[in-house]
Amino acid sequence: MTSRLIGKSQSRRSVLTGMAAGAGALALPSFFPGYTHAQSSEPIRLGFQLHRTGIGASYGRWYERTATAALKVLNEAGGINGRPVEIIFEDDGTDPARGAEVFGKLATQSNCDLVFGALFSHVVIGTAPRAAELKVPYLVCSEGHHVASGMLNRWTLQPGITDVKSQVQGMAPWVAGNLGKKVTMIFPDFAFGHDHRDYFTAAIAAQGGEVIAQIAIPPTETSFTRYFPQIPAETEVIYHVMVGPAVLTFVKELGEFYGSGARPQLFGFIDSLEAVDIASPGLEFLEGSHFWEGHPRVKQADASEHEVFYRAAVGVDDNGASVTDPADVATYAHMFSTWETLFVIKAGMEAAGYQGPADRQKLVEAIEAMTEFAESREHPQGAKTFNGKTHQAFGLQSITQVQGGKLIRVHQTSLEDGYYPDEVDYTSQSF
Amino acid sequence: MSFGPFLLLALMEGMVTSAVLALAAVGLSLVFGIMRVVNVAHGEFFMLGAVSAWFVSQWVPGPPAVAFVAALILCPLFVAAIAALADMVVLKRLNYQPEATIVATIGLLYILQQAALSFYGPDARPVPAPFNFRVQLPWFGYSGYKIAVVAASALVLLGVWRLLAKSRVGLIMRATQYDRETARAFGINVDRVYAGVFALGGGLAALAAVLIVPIQQAHYLMGTDPLLLSFIVVIIGGLGSLRGTVIAALLIGLSDGVISTFFAPTLAKIVATLLVALVLVFRPQGLFGRRAL
Repeated sequence: MTSRLIGKSQSRRSVLTGMAAGAGALALPSFFPGYTHAQSSEPIRLGFQLHRTGIGASYGRWYERTATAALKVLNEAGGINGRPVEIIFEDDGTDPARGAEVFGKLATQSNCDLVFGALFSHVVIGTAPRAAELKVPYLVCSEGHHVASGMLNRWTLQPGITDVKSQVQGMAPWVAGNLGKKVTMIFPDFAFGHDHRDYFTAAIAAQGGEVIAQIAIPPTETSFTRYFPQIPAETEVIYHVMVGPAVLTFVKELGEFYGSGARPQLFGFIDSLEAVDIASPGLEFLEGSHFWEGHPRVKQADASEHEVFYRAAVGVDDNGASVTDPADVATYAHMFSTWETLFVIKAGMEAAGYQGPADRQKLVEAIEAMTEFAESREHPQGAKTFNGKTHQAFGLQSITQVQGGKLIRVHQTSLEDGYYPDEVDYTSQSF
Repeated sequence: MSFGPFLLLALMEGMVTSAVLALAAVGLSLVFGIMRVVNVAHGEFFMLGAVSAWFVSQWVPGPPAVAFVAALILCPLFVAAIAALADMVVLKRLNYQPEATIVATIGLLYILQQAALSFYGPDARPVPAPFNFRVQLPWFGYSGYKIAVVAASALVLLGVWRLLAKSRVGLIMRATQYDRETARAFGINVDRVYAGVFALGGGLAALAAVLIVPIQQAHYLMGTDPLLLSFIVVIIGGLGSLRGTVIAALLIGLSDGVISTFFAPTLAKIVATLLVALVLVFRPQGLFGRRAL
């Protein structure tokens, strides 16, 4: 017993000594800044939590393509701090438990400097605590309000895409003013859908409108007709947002349900039709209806040069499908976020003088110090502002209308439309 | 919507669910009834049917109806061949021991699912319906194809019943079910009967999938739901009883349609699961099953 105690105290002492030595070693470069340039030209390794399989697979396919295209542009322009960059893609099956495992694998086994790219909110919420445990930056592309709401932690940031609360607040005035004030909402029954439910209901009320029914549908559902009788007859606008493999079935059945009879106005988040050809048989009824798009899939008449460059680099044609396969429609409204996030990482690492994993905290602080992103090759979706306290970016939203089978922009919000008071100050939290 | 049309929609949805359930469950019930094998991979045969229907729809030129008819013939044959192979290579080697076959079919489930993921991909892909006809009622519209599925399902079930009750093949199957040893003594090749029954079960699942895929899309994870629902139907109806399967499918399907339309789809699932629990407690052999010896 005694010997064991002694053994224990000895080993603790040696560990402490080791830690002190380690801390000294870590502190060295800051004492001798000249040494920092004696770094290796070893690649910077970025982990990508990819929805390659599971309910987010169509997004995953395009997120991988977009990130790979952005990486090519980045490396051709000299990488980050002169070092080449690698992305290590790892499939999370669009599953929260696997998401956290994949995060750990990327951070500890693949030795990635950070992890980015996750979209589905349940995966992000399931993974973020792991990011804080491992103290590895986690840059999400998830749209959810969970970053800016303060639910997550200082290591989790969302610099590449606007959150749902801001999106719906920006569009509610247009919906109330042009489509109607009595709204029935149809949304997926998980965190992302609940953001829509909560914040759109509040936003439309602020415009003098009212949500008269909220219909939640499990994201794994495959048959939808049975939900539609819950739509009240006095509904003026159906607000629909669906995700998952069955989105096409959802929209088709909505069309069958109303058929040629009278129907309310339709306002959909393009999520209901991401990766789906709007000209699919059975979707003719969508002609004239409106959609939110983070980034219009059809090349608009006033497309900027940056947008044209981005579209060509990723390999998307003017209709929003792959240049090699017109049936392979992109998740265009969302996937720009991976491109833009990669360039935020570049800007952050360069501002922080990033050398390696020891500078992870400096990287987070450098991104927190950012305030705006100008429209550019790095930010082809448009100008954005970034709130370092809430870790959230704010961008422009488009409302498009199906005209002759193409989605044509009829309204674009301003940045100010999407602002709301801060709900958290992550910079006051410890690392 | 007022009560009348509301109920009509609920019943129509319920009939479609019943048709799907009966078709998916009848193969499972048949395999258990004759071979005493609980086939956990049954849902994956369903999935394979849908996925292969997508391939057929891509390869066969001409209008969707032609590809659909081709799929209706080819896909069940393809899946039946895989099932027969699985029976000969795996189940036969295990001498059809109940515990071993459950574990083996769980393995088969994963093999088939991952094979579909590798060769077909993770995306849900639509298969066009043979015709796009919509019934426009005064209160709501309804897919004409869904109504056709109900009719087709009734025809298939009638066919299965005729096969079992009236044909020589059915007689041999029933003889094997009744007493395997005596059947063998009378010169029936039991191995071949078992392979045939397993193939028939797989083929029926695939046939159900081909009928359903135009209203659902083909996806590599789509086998899980039909498997669970088939088990629910088969347990309530009585394992191995064709009549019980059909009646249980109608019961579950219609109650699912009505409850999920008037209340919530989740409640419908709760009720179905509760029914299974009650049947297991009060009538373990199922409504129409015979008590195991």
